[in-house]
Amino acid sequence: MSEVEIDVEAVNISKMQISDEVVIQISNMNKWFGEFHVLRDINLQVNRGERIVVCGPSGSGKSTLIRCINRLEEHQKGQIIVDGTELTSDLKNIDKVRREVGMVFQHFNLFPHLTILENCTLAPIWVRKTPKKEAEEVAMHFLEKVKIPEQALKYPGQLSGGQQQRVAIARSLCMKPRIMLFDEPTSALDPEMIKEVLDTMIQLAEEGMTMICVTHEMGFAQAVAHRVIFMDAGQIVEQNVPKEFFNNPQNERTKLFLSQILGH
Amino acid sequence: MSNLSYVRTEILPEQPAPAGEVGVVGWLRHNLFSGVYNSVLTFVSLAVIIFLGYEILPWFTNSTWNASSLSECREIADGACFAVINERFNQLMFGFYPNDLYWRPVLAFVLLLVALAPVLIDTVPKKFLLFTLVYPAIMYLLIWGGSIWGPVVALAGLGLGVAVFVYADKLAGTLAAIIAAVVAMLLWWLYAVVPVSDLLINNVDIGFQKVRSDQLGGFMLSIIIGLTGIALSFPIGIILALGRQSDMPIVKVMCVGFIEFIRGVPLITLLFTASLLLGYFLPKGTTFDIVLRVMIMVTLFASAYMAEVIRGGLAALPRGQYEAADALGLNYWQAQRQIIMPQALKISIPGIVSTFIGLFKDTTLVSIIGLLDPIGLSTSIRANQAWNGIIWELYGFIALIFFIFCFSMSRYSMYLERKLKTGH
Repeated sequence: MSEVEIDVEAVNISKMQISDEVVIQISNMNKWFGEFHVLRDINLQVNRGERIVVCGPSGSGKSTLIRCINRLEEHQKGQIIVDGTELTSDLKNIDKVRREVGMVFQHFNLFPHLTILENCTLAPIWVRKTPKKEAEEVAMHFLEKVKIPEQALKYPGQLSGGQQQRVAIARSLCMKPRIMLFDEPTSALDPEMIKEVLDTMIQLAEEGMTMICVTHEMGFAQAVAHRVIFMDAGQIVEQNVPKEFFNNPQNERTKLFLSQILGH
Repeated sequence: MSNLSYVRTEILPEQPAPAGEVGVVGWLRHNLFSGVYNSVLTFVSLAVIIFLGYEILPWFTNSTWNASSLSECREIADGACFAVINERFNQLMFGFYPNDLYWRPVLAFVLLLVALAPVLIDTVPKKFLLFTLVYPAIMYLLIWGGSIWGPVVALAGLGLGVAVFVYADKLAGTLAAIIAAVVAMLLWWLYAVVPVSDLLINNVDIGFQKVRSDQLGGFMLSIIIGLTGIALSFPIGIILALGRQSDMPIVKVMCVGFIEFIRGVPLITLLFTASLLLGYFLPKGTTFDIVLRVMIMVTLFASAYMAEVIRGGLAALPRGQYEAADALGLNYWQAQRQIIMPQALKISIPGIVSTFIGLFKDTTLVSIIGLLDPIGLSTSIRANQAWNGIIWELYGFIALIFFIFCFSMSRYSMYLERKLKTGH
């Protein structure tokens, strides 16, 4: 496990900026893949401005959980309400939620046939109907923010993994989302590139973005998260503020997981 | 005791490659004389090439271009008798098209190049695509002649379809809009074209001299059938491929059924169906042009293959591309148009062009149902007393023309693949 050192003290995040407004409400949610019960009775409430890190062993359902939030996966029982919109099979609602929720994937999933700039402007132009010129200005703004404006006219295949993931973040931000989901954003990266992506995410956190992040970067969790959720076998096993979660885990499985991931 | 510690203080400079590895000498060494066997093969191949040239060249140099029969050719020289091509050139190109109207297919061919330009070359402004859209009507008018109102009114159906689509898209979503547009166009073509164009003809009759379908022939016929097949099978193939992947069971079953049925039947069977059986099924008195029937069958046949080729491209796309498009809020059609199809089609270019080439060459099968494509014509030319017994020169010429077309398509596809390559 490559652990990137993050200076917890240096990260300038006021942990008090969570509002009372609930943006994601998941109640008694269950999901099956065929016969396999992958998510069991999930209850989760996320407030605006809150940053949550989800961790757990592979196959525990953490990716599936956040993929349910923008309906990349369909849940079979229970309720998911995102920003006041309930996710059902109604396509209009799904589109509405997806417009407000950005997602960053483990394997970046940039569009290889489009330039970096086109990757960033595609959704604003087609989904938000932003004029091309304005979309390009917004895209350049966010590309500068992730520190790669000079790559705008290249294709994804010409960039390093870390750069591609930063473009993926910028691409999501161009839709001006109110919530960002990260699905193991650094797991496919070489060690020396993990930090540049985490720095970008920390910067985003500093601006008060609501974030749910599946990751094994525990340094990042300590520095940024308001809350850490541990999942195992499709259930939320434990959740706590990072300090308590890491220093004083309660559940046996959490202890085992943390000892495996932190101890070398 | 050895010292394990070592630190390099300066970077070594780059040096040129050894002389024997690069340039002409390097190329020869690597490719032709890299070992004993390779050298022997090189010399044997050279010998074969020289021998073939020695045997075949005189056939060309002693050829005859001006004679009115094979026996006359043989009297003049013992080489190839290209006189047959010289004498029957117009027939091989145009079939039995009226001589004084040759300018019409020639003009249609020139305009075809103009219509293809904006599709094939991206430096040509996109507004020329409008001409491409109108071209089918122009081609029909030039080849078959008749009143201009038929094609114009038929073309208006396309405009109607677009209008219905734009209107319905806002109202009821893309899928419903496509269905509505197709239905509107079919209704227009089936029920409105004839009365409306008749009405216009009765008032203002402008047009060209009519040419019957059985007068068409030669490479003109091959190009007409091949081009229609290529232009129509591509979009139909895309729709079939998408339908085959659809979540809607009825759409899926219909597409799979169509594809598997067509692929399970030889093209010849379909052509016979077109030429013989359709006559039984159609109401008495309906005249349904044989060339049109053949075009429909060839198009359906190629569409099924096209659908499978494109499905291969779709299957090769990583799941993540669909998910990224979904996560960004693109709807199904936007995702297909902007993300999925550009990549899937790019992957499928070699297969698509192979299907196009196959389709173009398969047009020669229409000779079996009596249409006079180059192969059909060559049979009738060889049945003529004057040219009885000629084989190589005639078929060689036909092969050469087909080769030029197919090779150009193949080269264009390679150019396209290079141009669209964005990964490194």
